[in-house]
Amino acid sequence: MTPLRRQRAATVLFVLAGAGVTLAVAMLALEQDINLFYPPEQVVAGEAPIGKRIRAGGMVAAGSVAHDDTGLGVSFVVTDYQGSEFRVDYEGLLPGLFGEGEGVLVAGQLRADGVFEAEEVLAKHDENYMPPEVADMMAATGEQP
Amino acid sequence: MGKATEWFRRTFHRMGSPRWFFAGSRGWMLGLYLVGGTLIAIGSAWGLGFAPTDRLQGDSYRILYVHVPAAHLAEAVYVAIAIAGAVHLVWRMKMADLAIAAAAPVGMTLTAAALATGYIWGIPTWGTGWVWDARTTSMLVLLFLYFGLIALRQAVPRADRAALAVSVLAIVGVVNIPIIKYSVDWFTTLHQPASIRIGERPSIDPSMLWPLAVNALGYYLFLVGVVIAALRAKIIEREAKADWVRTWVQTR
Repeated sequence: MTPLRRQRAATVLFVLAGAGVTLAVAMLALEQDINLFYPPEQVVAGEAPIGKRIRAGGMVAAGSVAHDDTGLGVSFVVTDYQGSEFRVDYEGLLPGLFGEGEGVLVAGQLRADGVFEAEEVLAKHDENYMPPEVADMMAATGEQP
Repeated sequence: MGKATEWFRRTFHRMGSPRWFFAGSRGWMLGLYLVGGTLIAIGSAWGLGFAPTDRLQGDSYRILYVHVPAAHLAEAVYVAIAIAGAVHLVWRMKMADLAIAAAAPVGMTLTAAALATGYIWGIPTWGTGWVWDARTTSMLVLLFLYFGLIALRQAVPRADRAALAVSVLAIVGVVNIPIIKYSVDWFTTLHQPASIRIGERPSIDPSMLWPLAVNALGYYLFLVGVVIAALRAKIIEREAKADWVRTWVQTR
């Protein structure tokens, strides 16, 4: 490379490094805002604000979904399988993929008593794709998907 | 200097010649169209018609046969554009700039396709088409970067100045690519993490993965063909006054 081209190449690398560092610092500073939801651990630890519209997410605990007898009311427990869990109360339609043992994202307000009053419930799909037969086989052998 | 280095040097210099590229690229373009198109036909028929349904999503997961190749290529095209931008800034190679001009609309279309298919998939799966999480938002930023690359060129009247400005934007914008890729690992998002990772067993069943692999390879080859076609058009446009272009037009 000629000295001129070497100099230009150095400028290119410098611009790239500058842009990268700027963005990395911005993302570190905004991490809490870039995160879409509070995991159960933060909700239980009191790191999620109470009475403000927030989102929280985790897995729907097996056997926890209870529909009320009269309307669309439903309550379930969101867990991280690590010992942190909180109850969600919701009234409305659930997405098709909502189910026990599946991921969920709830938007609404956390009450002071630790119950989450959801205005919106979304299903969070995981990265596993498999035909039903394979899922049955894995369930039979006790393997986790 | 070794033989390989010498070959690379010569190819690099030839690639800088629009005339040489134009003369040699037609066969490549047609070959890529043929092989890529065939693979897309096989992969799509396989994925849409023969691959099994998903245990949770049923048939709606099949949109990934378009979504995943489109999203992956949208990022790959941007990386290629950034490399072309660096080559243009350092060597002032006209062909590198023409390559950016040719590839930007292709990348923009792929990004829009990835966002649109994601929206359509989100409605039955998540319960919403759009959510402002790190993955979807950084992908939207990619779309705006493509808009920027196209608009900036048209906003600067002098072609050589426009080329420099576009190259700088191309390089700066590439920092968004790792954010798109790792957004699902670094932040909590509604979008699921990657199912296919280097050095790990894919978490997508082989019966669903194979048609995806065929389709993805097909999309790659076909879209390289599309970029070559667009680049050939840009060459004719930019070199319109050159003797060889006149000769070429007259012999058609």
